[in-house]
Amino acid sequence: MNPKRKQRLLIILGLVSGLGIAVGLVMYALSQNINLFFTPTQIAKGEAPSAQMIRVGGMVADGTVDRDPQSLKVAFDVTDFDHNVRVTYEGILPDLFREGQGVVVQGRIHSGQFVASEVLAKHDENYMPPEVTEALRQSGKLDQMMGGQK
Amino acid sequence: MNRLMVWLPLCIFAILVGFFFKGLSLNPNEQPSALIGQPFPVFGLTDLMTGERLTREQLPRQPYLLNVWASWCITCQVEHPYLTQLSKQMPVVGLNYKDTETAAKNWLAKLGDPYALQIFDPTGRLGLDLGVAGAPETFLVDSKGVIHLRIQGEVNDRVYAKKIQPVLETIQ
Amino acid sequence: MIPEIGHFALVLAFAVSICLAVFPLYGYLTSQDGFCATAKPLALMQGLALAVAFGVLMYGFLAHDFSVKYVADNSNLDLPWHFRMSAVWGAHEGSLLLWALILAFWGVAVALFSRGIPDHMSALVLSVMGMISVGFLAFMLFTSNPFVRILPFAPGNGADLNPLLQDPGLIFHPPMLYMGYVGLSVAFAFAMASLISGQLDATWARWSRPWTTVAWAFLTLGIALGSWWAYYELGWGGWWFWDPVENASLIPWLVATALMHSLAVTEKRGLFRSWTLLLAIAAFSLSLLGTFLVRSGVLTSVHAFANDPERGVFILGFLVIVIGGSLTLYALRAGKVSEPGEFGWISRESFLLFNNLVLTVMAVSVLLGTLYPLLVDAVGGGKVSVGPPFFNAVFVPLTAILISGMAFGPLAKWRQSDDPKLYRPLIITLIVSVLVGLGWPSLLAGSYSISTAIGVTMALWLAIATVVDFKKKVGLYGGLTTTLARVEKGMIGMWFAHFGLAVMILGVVMVENHTEHRDLRMGVGDAQRLGNYNVRMTDLAVINGPNYVADQATFEIYEDDQLFKTVTPQKRRYDASGMVMTEASIDSGLMRDLYIAMGEPLGDGDWAVRLSVKPFVDWIWAGAFLMGLGGFISIMDRRYRQKLEVKKDEASGEEAPA
Repeated sequence: MNPKRKQRLLIILGLVSGLGIAVGLVMYALSQNINLFFTPTQIAKGEAPSAQMIRVGGMVADGTVDRDPQSLKVAFDVTDFDHNVRVTYEGILPDLFREGQGVVVQGRIHSGQFVASEVLAKHDENYMPPEVTEALRQSGKLDQMMGGQK
Repeated sequence: MNRLMVWLPLCIFAILVGFFFKGLSLNPNEQPSALIGQPFPVFGLTDLMTGERLTREQLPRQPYLLNVWASWCITCQVEHPYLTQLSKQMPVVGLNYKDTETAAKNWLAKLGDPYALQIFDPTGRLGLDLGVAGAPETFLVDSKGVIHLRIQGEVNDRVYAKKIQPVLETIQ
Repeated sequence: MIPEIGHFALVLAFAVSICLAVFPLYGYLTSQDGFCATAKPLALMQGLALAVAFGVLMYGFLAHDFSVKYVADNSNLDLPWHFRMSAVWGAHEGSLLLWALILAFWGVAVALFSRGIPDHMSALVLSVMGMISVGFLAFMLFTSNPFVRILPFAPGNGADLNPLLQDPGLIFHPPMLYMGYVGLSVAFAFAMASLISGQLDATWARWSRPWTTVAWAFLTLGIALGSWWAYYELGWGGWWFWDPVENASLIPWLVATALMHSLAVTEKRGLFRSWTLLLAIAAFSLSLLGTFLVRSGVLTSVHAFANDPERGVFILGFLVIVIGGSLTLYALRAGKVSEPGEFGWISRESFLLFNNLVLTVMAVSVLLGTLYPLLVDAVGGGKVSVGPPFFNAVFVPLTAILISGMAFGPLAKWRQSDDPKLYRPLIITLIVSVLVGLGWPSLLAGSYSISTAIGVTMALWLAIATVVDFKKKVGLYGGLTTTLARVEKGMIGMWFAHFGLAVMILGVVMVENHTEHRDLRMGVGDAQRLGNYNVRMTDLAVINGPNYVADQATFEIYEDDQLFKTVTPQKRRYDASGMVMTEASIDSGLMRDLYIAMGEPLGDGDWAVRLSVKPFVDWIWAGAFLMGLGGFISIMDRRYRQKLEVKKDEASGEEAPA
């Protein structure tokens, strides 16, 4: 094998193995950093891990939003109309946050409460976060959404 | 080796296309209504035009379309001529969604009223029961009051041929 | 009547694009010069037809023609005129029209500025661009026609433009971004033309280099504008969210950056030929893929504003034809490409190879992170999301690796460059930047930050190394003016771009590590200390805008007890859509931005308020601007404007292999 061909072969091998290692590391980083999605029912059944960052989607249950009068602390229930999850959050809620609207919260379960680090509200009238739809579909309660309301 | 390497990008792309295709069918925007195969939800509202009380029992006893519309919805205006045409073949029931009475009546006065009934739902209560995300949406309901199809967005001849007609044939 | 003219112009452009795709290619394959010669006039005609279509749509917006559905959906009687203009590309149909117009514009540019290129080659290039145009125009005409009308009853008023997009940033961001995205089609077309003709030597690299560089520069500015827009309009003060739509623009940018560097090697040394071809295909393919991701709704994102599965199937089919076709052609032809010439293990070639490797890994990891939720969902793994922690974990170390290469690369010579003397200036550079970098965080308030120290060191090292390289060239040419006159403009462009990256990294490091941030409850009369500032809310009022009503708070900012500025952030509610928008107040400065935004009303006249001091945040966009400027400087080089004969001479000149 002449030196030129040898160099090319080495470069190609180097590139392929470099890319391979990189992709491997990337996949590892991915597996460490993804946020799994859970429905309120799954959380109520204890299927969600505590201490790990997860996402929960559903509707903000009517009449459950409590604000602390002194600070930006707020608590509300996220529901899939089967089960509710109590969410606490400190910070500014998004412009589209409202009772009865779809919401996705990201955070950790901490002694029975969901402590949110981020609250994402749905973006416009015609768009519902896919997670919310998924949660409502899984609970089969899209049709009964008004059922609990007085 | 080089000869084989050059095919690698194509192979990777082919795999990606497979995933994309799958991803399209998983499209989060095609929200399957939980109501497919379920009876039409119970409601007690009024008729927009007559002001009389409307309930589930007054809905047509033959296959019909339930069209969710509002005067603030531009696409509703686009599909309106087509629905008018369709109303000659089968009943079209209107569900006036999150609208005001005056605006809705003006809209119908201007564009024509092909609707067999006009359920007035200013608060979106029935809309929520139906899982409506926006307007327009159209539901196909059979003679027993079971929902068979949900269409989000405009109804036109293409949608009719591709989606409504096949289902309609099975329930007639 | 007028909208029909636009519709007709669109159909005409479609017909012309079919001719453009077919005739020159047929002419080339059958060696009939007459057919080849149709390419340029057809490209001009297509450009003209699309300009008419675009003008008609814009007229529809300016004249409030609500019988056009697209206008009715995206405009309103109360919308100010400049937003009515930018509303033309504010939603799906119009932005596609802009895309097609820009593609045609690039075709016109190729037709006008390709006098140095053999006719059969420019004919092939225009033909390939015509094929892309056919796909896009078909997509527009069959699934997303902007000229669809609401007849016979036109609505009296429109639904209004999405308030998020009612912003000066949107006037320039999409056109810039599309200039970049679509500009990459020229490099793609050149690569395809050389694959079709089998002329796979380095000449195509020379021809497509300026086009790639200018597209890259537009892409850089477009992304920077988008980031700036997100910073002050989305209301939360972030400058990059790793959102799928943003990633869709970043991935082609990374690949285009790799392509620019790889083209240099291919042009100067004739090496990496098949790799460069692949990058040219990949860069444009990935910008198409970005369009697919945004338009199809495969990935949902905060600003994917037009989602439709049917359109998705169409775009996917189009992607399969364009990308699949080009990769197949590549596979068939590139295997036969010879790679003449050798290079040493330490040489400019090897550094550029290293650059390409790192940039490719970056692009692949962003792509993987973006697609991962889709991949998991497709194999039934449920819904997951990938957030900023992943991207930061991957991107930060890779950037550090990239920068170390960027310090060495420009100093290295072609072929063989293992003389340690060459790199000696870097030792002093490194010592200086490590010392300053280590000292830097201790000048700042708060606890010592190691990541700031490392980040500042990297940025300084790159900046000083760039200056060292510049000074070396000045020494070589004897004087600043002679250097600027005689050195290749690409070299000057590179200095600007590399220096710009250093500026940007400094901004990123400072913002990410030293932003001072408070979310708090405030009412009239409340004050809050923030860094050196004292912020006091003095008034709350309701303001009527042209198409919105706003709650407006007035804040007085005191610096050392001196009133320094009064700002008025707003919370707007747009009349037509009822959408609520946050208008932040930002006091920009060289060393910091003071950011105040209103959150939500909390009752009793209190509001949730977000206060931040963001050090060096404007450096991010200033750096990006320098990078883009570098790109534009590069293409001023005289040799890109010379005729064919001269280029042949140059090809055997000093730098090329014997």
